[in-house]
Amino acid sequence: MKRALAKITGEICKKFGNDPTRMMDIAMAVQERFGCVSPEAMDEIARAVNSHRVEVESLVTFYGFLSVKPQGKVVIRLCRDIIDWMKGYESVADAMSRELGVSMGETTPDGAITLTHAPCIGMSDQAPAALVNEVVVTHLTPERGRQLVRDLRRHLDPQQLVTMVGDGNNDHPLVRSMVRNNIRMRGPVHFADFEPGSGLRRALTLKPMDVIREIKESRLRGRGGAGFPAGLKWEMAANAPGGKRYVICNADEGEPGTFKDRVLLTECTGQLLEGMAIAGYAVGSDTGIIYLRGEYRYLLPYLESVIEERLRRGFLGRDILGKKGFRFDVRVQMGAGAYICGEETALISSCEGLPGVPKNRPPFPPQQGYLGCPTIVNNVETLCCVSRILLEGAAWFASMGSPRTTGTKVLSICGDCRKPGVYEVPFGISARELIEMSEAENTGTMLIGGPCRQMIGSERFGGRICYDDLATGGAILIFNRARNKLEIAEHYLDFFIEESCGHCTPCRVGLILLKKAVHKVIEGAGEPSDLAEMRDLSNFIIRMSRCGLGQAAPNPVLGALEIFGDLSAGFVAERKPGLLPEFDLSKAVIDAEMRVGRQSKIV
Amino acid sequence: MAAKPRIATVSLAGCFGCHMSLLDLDERILKLAELVEFDRSPINDYKDFRARCAVGVVEGGCCTEENVHVLERFRKQCDLLVSIGECAISGGIPAMRNNIPLRECLEEAYLKSPGVYNPGGVIPNDPEIPLLLHRLYPCHEVVKIDLFIPGCPPPADAIWDALVSLLAGRPAAPAYDRLKYD
Amino acid sequence: MKTVTFTIDGKIVRADKGQTILKAAEAAGIYIPRLCACKDLVPHGSCRVCSVRVNGRIQASCVQTAAEGAIVESETDELREYRRNIIDMLFVEGNHFCMFCEKSGFCELQALAYRFGITAPKYRLLYPKRDIDLSHPEVYLDHNRCILCGRCVRASQDLDRKNVFQFVERGCRKRLQVNGEALSDTDLRAADQAVSACPVGALMRKRVGYAVPVGRRPYDEVPIGRDIEKKGEE
Ligand SMILES: Cc1cc2nc3c(=O)[nH]c(=O)nc-3n(C[C@H](O)[C@H](O)[C@H](O)COP(=O)(O)O)c2cc1C
Ligand code: SF4
Ligand code: SF4
Ligand code: SF4
Ligand code: FES
Repeated sequence: MKRALAKITGEICKKFGNDPTRMMDIAMAVQERFGCVSPEAMDEIARAVNSHRVEVESLVTFYGFLSVKPQGKVVIRLCRDIIDWMKGYESVADAMSRELGVSMGETTPDGAITLTHAPCIGMSDQAPAALVNEVVVTHLTPERGRQLVRDLRRHLDPQQLVTMVGDGNNDHPLVRSMVRNNIRMRGPVHFADFEPGSGLRRALTLKPMDVIREIKESRLRGRGGAGFPAGLKWEMAANAPGGKRYVICNADEGEPGTFKDRVLLTECTGQLLEGMAIAGYAVGSDTGIIYLRGEYRYLLPYLESVIEERLRRGFLGRDILGKKGFRFDVRVQMGAGAYICGEETALISSCEGLPGVPKNRPPFPPQQGYLGCPTIVNNVETLCCVSRILLEGAAWFASMGSPRTTGTKVLSICGDCRKPGVYEVPFGISARELIEMSEAENTGTMLIGGPCRQMIGSERFGGRICYDDLATGGAILIFNRARNKLEIAEHYLDFFIEESCGHCTPCRVGLILLKKAVHKVIEGAGEPSDLAEMRDLSNFIIRMSRCGLGQAAPNPVLGALEIFGDLSAGFVAERKPGLLPEFDLSKAVIDAEMRVGRQSKIV
Repeated sequence: MAAKPRIATVSLAGCFGCHMSLLDLDERILKLAELVEFDRSPINDYKDFRARCAVGVVEGGCCTEENVHVLERFRKQCDLLVSIGECAISGGIPAMRNNIPLRECLEEAYLKSPGVYNPGGVIPNDPEIPLLLHRLYPCHEVVKIDLFIPGCPPPADAIWDALVSLLAGRPAAPAYDRLKYD
Repeated sequence: MKTVTFTIDGKIVRADKGQTILKAAEAAGIYIPRLCACKDLVPHGSCRVCSVRVNGRIQASCVQTAAEGAIVESETDELREYRRNIIDMLFVEGNHFCMFCEKSGFCELQALAYRFGITAPKYRLLYPKRDIDLSHPEVYLDHNRCILCGRCVRASQDLDRKNVFQFVERGCRKRLQVNGEALSDTDLRAADQAVSACPVGALMRKRVGYAVPVGRRPYDEVPIGRDIEKKGEE
């Protein structure tokens, strides 16, 4: 057995050229083959790629989908985002855990099935959802959960769980998924017809410099959330000293409540790859990498087939469309369950076979990114826009949207509304219009841009979706008036605590302390000074953290505090001298009471 | 002459080291006695308060329900409460059990540790023994504390400085060389 | 070599091009508190104690390079409070019982707490459950006191040319791990730079503790950073 492990692990490493920068792929392949990356396997990998066991361990323990301890043949990951809670996560989890006879995080005694949970898997419009190995199941109910377990027990083949396939390319033979696109509004940039090669052909008639100028004139800003001008980023990379350059597509889509890239990856695959090739031509790069989040693994065969097809048709590979010397190839790098890998420098670390820890800046990726080479990282949607801009022209694109944020935005709307799904809308649309479009009623709160952006109350529903007002990478979460804003904030603090890379103190420790403070108020033990403390701590974390995760994580708390007015009365009060309200003597003695079988005299 | 401010002291889950340091004030303890009237304190062996106090000095954290009870009483009887020493402030040695389940602690202490002779395997459980809390709580996690004098024990000078400035109504930050955690 | 000129709290400072703000400040006799930064090691940017405002934005001065004309603020009320918060956080995150720690009086975390005049933890103590690795004949690793500064990691890699340490897990579960099951599996030696690089009592030589009496230890009388500030006063 040990010999077999060494042999197969060695072969896997060899397949990836014994290259330590491909450690992600190696570890994932080993995990797939053996159900875990055991200490023995880590030793083997370290030996083969000439690294150290502790470096391999560092990688394996960082990612949610990799594991040192054996996992079941089938791993069920129930999505535990707040939207799933609202749609019945708890009862589904309970039903499945009873049916399996194990609790959350455990494996059945026969080693067949592991039941665990995952942060948002990008299916918030069809929640509650789960990943069964890489197969997505949606719209779960307790009954369907139980049935799913019974079926799995019989065949242990997740693919057989798919009895009905979704719309669009979800029924492509290489996808065959029950996921639905739920495209509710088709706009001109992404959901109009696109003739493969048309944008690329136009680009190749221009000089690389002029392609960059075209992008600058379109005033395209990054769609991943930060809104950095794409043309400027490209220019920096094109001008940076260095030989090899890289174009990376950020398909990590981890922001809770975001699922628009999933739909673009399914329906606009060609347009995306075309945008990458155009970017490659513009900045002088011959290699593209799509960093695909592990949760979207089910799209991998399809993506690879589109890459193949485009190679065949001369849209990728050597001498693209007959342009001598222009070469561009694309590979897909799978992620393995880490939200932080959406942050561009963490993403680059991950592509390099490292834990997804953000890098110190400067240098910025366009100067020195992947393997130290100038690198542009762009969101899926940004790159899709690029193809359309080259086809239709910068002026056409800039004529849409609001003055400082041009074009359209693909939004993923979910939560307390009747029509969750994907909407391509012009920038400048108001939050209120989104509420109406998605047929939400009684809306109390919205998370614009997901938890990392802002929580707004009704007084700001007139605000507009654009980078000067309500900025969003695509997530729109709607909550009705009955939802407790502080509980929403606490839920997302848990998310950020789980997903923090742990490198810097303000984020690693500060978030835990902030969560304790929020919890204290939710429990009814808060004092007015606690609200001020929560605000101070939030600002501290935002200002002192090293990367965008820590700098954004307290936003839901600040948002909740801002629209807190109506709630605060019930939660916080001045206290009389004596025991602090958060000190619960009866809880503190319960262990002892049980041990000695008598009651405390003073509780 | 106005009545002297009253001061009370107590040792909860501590080793009396902080009280020793208090006695270490040497001749200044007499000066202190001129400034204040000692109320409930192990120094004079008063078991309960005789009057409301200006200052309460607490050594040690809360390890048992009785500690909590006493601390609550101190909070109610004293205008200002001072946590003195590491045990009161951050738990100190007694807090080393904080991440070990109570059961394991008791078994280790009464049954398993080397040198224990306990043929009956009995863990003491007299109704007079106060119940242990599941972990040790620093004082400020149980009641509000107004001033902290760290150290294990705090140097006598640090105690002197802090009490004098407190009684003068202008609590001051400790001098650099008097601030110690050991 | 080209130089750049900028200001720290109004004082004009010159730096070599590419030099970090922290190092340039130090050369000019200005002490910016730091924990994860250490002479001869590449900066880590993790503790954030060295944060300053550079043209209004908070940046870690150990990684940020000095730029021509930059306006750097360091000793402001805000930054003092924020740095202090970090020290407070590192205390509550681990289990620091200074009264029996062999590093007491030599410890940079403790020294910073003294410098900031911290008398009590500002936050709830977390009392995590952590291990002690006593397997090695010459050195022990007490995770209770590890502040995840990565100094041992870098010193082992870059100075000792070994690879004894690395971080594993993420978020609040992040912890230091050794290259093997335990410290005794590794090629660590007591004389390694990795051991002396540890700013706290986490990675310690065995059987050499408590050699210096209280009162004569480095930080008993003189605050950390005074040596740098003295240079500035000359
Ligand atoms: C914690 C964190 C997570 C992020 N996740 C994503 C993501 O999933 N997808 C994405 O495109 N950008 C994400 N970003 C933004 C990227 O860092 C980067 O700005 C973006 O990929 C750049 O592409 P764009 O300019 O085309 O938007 C994230 C940033 C942070 C700080
Ligand atoms: S802010 Fe959080 S995620 Fe970002 S580097 Fe710091 S610990 Fe890591
Ligand atoms: S490492 Fe430093 S702060 Fe921690 S216990 Fe030891 S001396 Fe105190
Ligand atoms: S052992 Fe010491 S040097 Fe290493 S990370 Fe921990 S605190 Fe830093
Ligand atoms: S010293 Fe700069 S971040 Fe730690």
